[in-house]
Amino acid sequence: MSNKFPYSDKVMDHFSNPRNMGEIENPSAVGNVGNPICGDVMRLYLKIKDDIIVDAKFKTFGCGAAIASSSMLTELLKGKKIKDALRISNEAVAEALDGLPPVKIHCSVMAEEALKSALEDWEKRKKAKTE
Amino acid sequence: MLAKIMNKMVYLDRMATALMAPEAKKAITDFLQENVGNPSAHIHSAGIAADGYISEARRQIADIIGASDDEIYFTSGATESNNLAIKGFLAGKNSGEIIISEIEHYSILDQMRNPALANYRFKILHVDSNGIVSPDDLEKMITANTLLVSINVANSEIGSIQPFNELAQVCQNHKVVFHADAASAVGYIPINVKEAGVNMMSVSAQTLGGPMGVGALYIDKKTSIRPLFDGGNQEAGLRPGTENVMGIVGFGAATEAIKSKLANESDRLRQLGEKLRQGIESKIEHVEFTGHPQIRLPGHVSFWHKFIEGESLLLHLNMKRIIAASGSACSSNLKGSDEHDLRASHVLTAVGVPEEYCSGSITFGLDYFNTDDEINYVIETLPDIVHRLEGMSPVYEDYLKQRERHE
Repeated sequence: MSNKFPYSDKVMDHFSNPRNMGEIENPSAVGNVGNPICGDVMRLYLKIKDDIIVDAKFKTFGCGAAIASSSMLTELLKGKKIKDALRISNEAVAEALDGLPPVKIHCSVMAEEALKSALEDWEKRKKAKTE
Repeated sequence: MLAKIMNKMVYLDRMATALMAPEAKKAITDFLQENVGNPSAHIHSAGIAADGYISEARRQIADIIGASDDEIYFTSGATESNNLAIKGFLAGKNSGEIIISEIEHYSILDQMRNPALANYRFKILHVDSNGIVSPDDLEKMITANTLLVSINVANSEIGSIQPFNELAQVCQNHKVVFHADAASAVGYIPINVKEAGVNMMSVSAQTLGGPMGVGALYIDKKTSIRPLFDGGNQEAGLRPGTENVMGIVGFGAATEAIKSKLANESDRLRQLGEKLRQGIESKIEHVEFTGHPQIRLPGHVSFWHKFIEGESLLLHLNMKRIIAASGSACSSNLKGSDEHDLRASHVLTAVGVPEEYCSGSITFGLDYFNTDDEINYVIETLPDIVHRLEGMSPVYEDYLKQRERHE
């Protein structure tokens, strides 16, 4: 008899013990994606020093896959150079979670979008500083 | 007390399926010890024995809804019953109108989009903010072309009970056939098809403690329908194919068992539900209860929360061994092929829940076997989960910041 839960053990682990959940005070960048109408909202906080992501935290309103994707994304980001972070795709997030059900792939896409939004915010802030 | 409860499952998802009644399990197990033939083989004793089991169950199901035995037709469940009632009744009528409410089960609603029924016009009755259909609205909608009205007895998601007798009366006055989907209601509220004057009614075994995969359609003697498929004389030719005898045996036993619970324990079940509702109301902020506050299924508690998402709440409840349901789109179809297979609850939007909040809906469907201790455990467990998810929610964070600014 197979008792297969739709989520992998890794998804459940990151859902029940999310890593890096919370806010960063005076963040270098903040990314916002989603809206509650489609069920998920993700907010990503980054602390960046010398082009390296020294800290990443998140807050997410969403399903199990959305929370696990956010948590995994922050894990993947910590210690990464910006140019390497830019290369993190939704597939990388889903893969690191040992896969997501097909209907939940959009949750990992949202994680990628949150990252993009945060990095855009960072670019904007950098520009504002130099001007 | 708490430790004892935490080690076992607290099952509160009766609306999806009730746990099988011990009486049904026993009847099925006993049946499996027998050697029976095909119930249609009326000529030999093995066939007659099988037919006897079906007749007994037919009597038990007729009894709980006040029908006669020969008005009960076994099916594979309420979904088939709903399809048989509508498609079977419309067959050969070529055109006309069908009136349904906007909070019907998908097995009713989706028939609107069936190309085979393209000649018929489906008209949709709105419900009020408590999820109740108005008999006056129904009366106004009926025209000379109306063939059939199909309205649920009670809604599984928000628990509201329709003014079933009044709706049937309106249909009788206009000589329109009335079908009622009673899947979540039989065994939990008193129903008498003759007193109400309903022509067809769908019943499900699984929501009253019977096995999954079996149900029945009541059809009164005035109403004639065609079968959905062809093949044999089973169920008076209306449902060809050898009957699911084992399932029917369990269905009958569960129905008989729940009849006495309905008579003796429905007040206790209602109080238990009320206790859970009050516990949630007193301990958790930002909660809105759905459905009619009083005219609702006993033991049915449904609500939505502004800042947290239903699937996350269900997963956390499940980790605490509490089993519940959500109208959340996110959890609607986890086995679908992509996100377009997820859909938000049409019932919640119908009663005016803002679409952005539908995802936070939860339904607790309590059953007769649930205990005070179990409900205490839920009331103790739920607030921590909600607060934890609120703490993770950027929507809640924005709300708190906004509140600070206003203070």
